[in-house]
Amino acid sequence: MSTHRLAVIDMDRCVGCQSCMFACNRRHGSGGLARTAIHISSVGGIERGFSVRVCRACRDPPCADACPNTALLKREGGGVKLNPKLCTGCKSCIDACLIQAVSWDTEKNLLIICIYCGICAKYCPYQVIELQDIKTVI
Amino acid sequence: MEPVLSRVLIIDLSTKTYRIKDRNPLFSERLGGAGVAIRLLNEFCPPAADPLGPENPIILAIGTLTALFPLASKCVAMFKSPLTGNLGESHAGGRTAVTMRMAEYGAIVITGRSEKPVYLSITSTEVSFHDARTLWGMARGDTVARVIRSFEGIPGNRTILRIGRAGERMVRYAAVTTETYRHFGRMGLGAVFGSKHLKAVVISGEGSIPVTDGKQYRALYDRLFDQVTKSPLMKKYHDIGTPNNILPLMALGSLPTKNLTASKLENGENLSGEEFASRFLSRRVACSHCPVSCIHIAQIRTPYPHDPYFFKTTPVCYDYELIYALGFMVGVSDP
Repeated sequence: MSTHRLAVIDMDRCVGCQSCMFACNRRHGSGGLARTAIHISSVGGIERGFSVRVCRACRDPPCADACPNTALLKREGGGVKLNPKLCTGCKSCIDACLIQAVSWDTEKNLLIICIYCGICAKYCPYQVIELQDIKTVI
Repeated sequence: MEPVLSRVLIIDLSTKTYRIKDRNPLFSERLGGAGVAIRLLNEFCPPAADPLGPENPIILAIGTLTALFPLASKCVAMFKSPLTGNLGESHAGGRTAVTMRMAEYGAIVITGRSEKPVYLSITSTEVSFHDARTLWGMARGDTVARVIRSFEGIPGNRTILRIGRAGERMVRYAAVTTETYRHFGRMGLGAVFGSKHLKAVVISGEGSIPVTDGKQYRALYDRLFDQVTKSPLMKKYHDIGTPNNILPLMALGSLPTKNLTASKLENGENLSGEEFASRFLSRRVACSHCPVSCIHIAQIRTPYPHDPYFFKTTPVCYDYELIYALGFMVGVSDP
């Protein structure tokens, strides 16, 4: 099981290019944005800067507790792992995530959960986000 | 979503109706962008159309590579220009092109004229027409966008095109602003919006585009991404930005100056990109799916004259074109 998580290093360096979003979607071998687990949007207009919404791998994740069907397994060290076969699409986990880091693929009607692979960080030209080893940060 | 562009959205402001047409052959032949837009203009704009009449259509079109590959972030607008009475072609970045693709439109055609001010909200499945009377005449464009944002679209996956007072009053060279810092700046598209009582257009979408060979797609993507982020190809736009041109053009004596009566401006080097960067540059911003981030934003701190310790901080987006047009052409060398 992966022992990594994503960390936001310096949001002030984000230029809003959304390369991370396209990178996350490309994991599935398609273009566009429907399946991204990371979201960049402006903080009240581009003139005010940007914010990132991505799973921060809570040590005690509320999304997992909210799932009535144990589709979200708590990961050792923090975060969750999705078992798509058990997900009924009730979206309780989406409501439970305070930072709106659980996403929904409106095209395929599927839950999107970050797998902490770090492809988004790899494509960020400005080192805004970073993949960290949970063991070294906690 | 279909892998190739084919859908054209046609909106009639006079009747508040819309339809979506499959124009696959048009996109197969012309790929997209200006090629498709000019064909659609030919179809929708009657000969001898009044540029400010309801018969003048607004055509927005995007290219085949948008939302698939980095840097394909431009949308083209085609219309009959109220400034010249001839072809109007204007391009803008921001998030317009990507959101149009994510809403699965290769082109959008807006015809007719609304009786009262409206704004349009466009998604992949529908167009809604909203009363914009309260927004008409509003002084600040960012307020208009903020109001619309609170009702419409998906954060990060939307674009808001809007006009200001100049467009409403049909000033013949008025611009359309998108995402605050990018503009359909040429040929008076803002006036065409104004003539239609069209205050704003918000488009949102979040589709995905299937590709035939995911592995090859990723490999080609990586090649392009590396070229634009790691090679010197885009360095000029990335570092100083388009004002990088000021000093070389000054040295050549080819910067248009004092309304084209001179070719040199005393102390013109005060307006160089290097000078702007060292004195005023505060942030850099990018269009959607473009890692270059060539949008350079200066911060200007202005004290209030009668209120000590009270300041206004204004973000100002600058580019070569603004510096030459509002500096050199006017004969002002003090930034």
